[in-house]
Amino acid sequence: MSKQVVEGKIIGQSEIAPMIFKMIIHAPEVAASAHCGQFVNVYPKSKSTLLPRPISISEIGEETITLVYGVVGEGTREFMQYETGESIRVSTALGNGYSVQEAGVCVLVGGGIGVPPLVELAKSIKGEKIAVLGFREDPILVETLESLGVTVYIATDSGKVGFKGNVIDLIKAEGIKGDYFYACGPKVMLRALSAYCETQNVPVQVSMEERMGCGYGVCVGCVTKIKADNEKGFVLKKVCKDGPVFLGSEVKWDE
Amino acid sequence: MSKDQNSLEMNLAAKNQSTSSNGIDLSVNIAGVTLKNPITTASGTFSPHESSEFYDLSELGAMITKGVASVPWDGNPVPRIAETYGGMINAVGLQNPGVDYYIEHEIPFARKFDTKIIANVAGHSIPEYCDVVERLSEADVDMLEVNISCPNVKEGGIGFGTNPAMAAEVTRAVKRVSKKPIIVKLTPNVTDITEIAKAVEAEGADAVSLINTLLGMRIDVHRKRPVIANKMGGFSGPAIKPVAVRMVYQVRRAVKIPIIGLGGIMTGEDVVEFLMAGADAVSIGTAAFANPTAPVDIKNELIAYMQRYGFKNLQEIREAFQG
Repeated sequence: MSKQVVEGKIIGQSEIAPMIFKMIIHAPEVAASAHCGQFVNVYPKSKSTLLPRPISISEIGEETITLVYGVVGEGTREFMQYETGESIRVSTALGNGYSVQEAGVCVLVGGGIGVPPLVELAKSIKGEKIAVLGFREDPILVETLESLGVTVYIATDSGKVGFKGNVIDLIKAEGIKGDYFYACGPKVMLRALSAYCETQNVPVQVSMEERMGCGYGVCVGCVTKIKADNEKGFVLKKVCKDGPVFLGSEVKWDE
Repeated sequence: MSKDQNSLEMNLAAKNQSTSSNGIDLSVNIAGVTLKNPITTASGTFSPHESSEFYDLSELGAMITKGVASVPWDGNPVPRIAETYGGMINAVGLQNPGVDYYIEHEIPFARKFDTKIIANVAGHSIPEYCDVVERLSEADVDMLEVNISCPNVKEGGIGFGTNPAMAAEVTRAVKRVSKKPIIVKLTPNVTDITEIAKAVEAEGADAVSLINTLLGMRIDVHRKRPVIANKMGGFSGPAIKPVAVRMVYQVRRAVKIPIIGLGGIMTGEDVVEFLMAGADAVSIGTAAFANPTAPVDIKNELIAYMQRYGFKNLQEIREAFQG
């Protein structure tokens, strides 16, 4: 079997920003299976929360993975209480992940809780790297990215840190140029960035988010429209299985 | 070797496998088709390609595949999924690639495994149901399950399943064109499910499966709108199990044809509950979202239960029930 759910062990967990947690899990099978931009299903222990929580992989170690997640509901509220040494049910890596390209300057664009997968992506990219990160208030993972040799630009909605505004405006204001873009964040950001990259004639890979049921491709809950040469002009693809990463130019953004 | 000899040998192999573990015989006959064990997958919660990445599909008594229609359907807009306490609501709306794609791409892959294939059939109208059934009759599947109970499709679907006369009409029509045994999947969203079960049995249904999802709804009080785009959807998971057990119990006392029981099965002991209520086989659905290997784990738990109480076959479990 190429995929499995394993019992990982928590090596450490800390709150890196208000209600944003970084968790390191010892799970050799998961680490061995993983590639940047993929996600794992984390299965709550509570019987009342049945469905797995899909969480992007922030870093991949020899035998560990690092997850950075926001507490948004009952499942993640359970995870934040896990102590070091406690077990955690987690799947091996799911989804396609980023396809790392050879390019001159790479620009990594992240929004909020979309920033974590950019860390492992940055490790995988050779050459010059720029990150443009947008947050509501409190930036995360800035030092981590800088320690990987990434030049980081920050925008916040409030202007509390860095540029006041969104990442697209920041890219324009700073005149940031790149040969290849990668992104993860809210749909509105991915849509605006894809439109911007089209005007610049540079490719962008976007990691999409959609409400999932099973997380491994059987329930068909998390579909998105991908352009196709048929009479409707699109086909429906599963974000969990066919994605989460798509080319910005192939996504049909009209909703 | 002829196809019949081939399938005879496969049946014998399946029989051998079914009695291999400590003299326990898990096999069950549904409308002339022998399943080596009573564990099947509920339609819409299983995909041969994706599920086989987590477990060997040959462990199953049968795979019941996702509903297929005569042409591809796009289903409903997203979000399609909402979690609920001990369950979930879905409104996928039977998105499917159509019967031609199913026959060409899904069946050959599914056939690589030593298990039966039950194709689930969707439709908006009687001619559409018949079209799919006719084409699948010529395809390499063992049985057909006709879904007259999906709550997420506006025209048809549940409409056929909530009215005894219409349920009878669909059954009569598909039986006329089918060369394979027909299982009719029933909805719980009715006043008296035994009326529907009796109506489809009278028109020649070879078996019934129940229950499909309960019509449900969730509202996001922070965003002040329904959680799923379709507003309402099908409620499934362990929270609905008592309703399903009750309906299997009622239907067992109303019809003679085999029953495939489903609705919230999470453990081997849940399977036993359905068998005692009168089911011949069961389907595992939402459990496979909470645990991708649920069908296999549940089968092993069923065997452990049988060992604990000394049951040698499924009929002994049914007969042990006093109620």
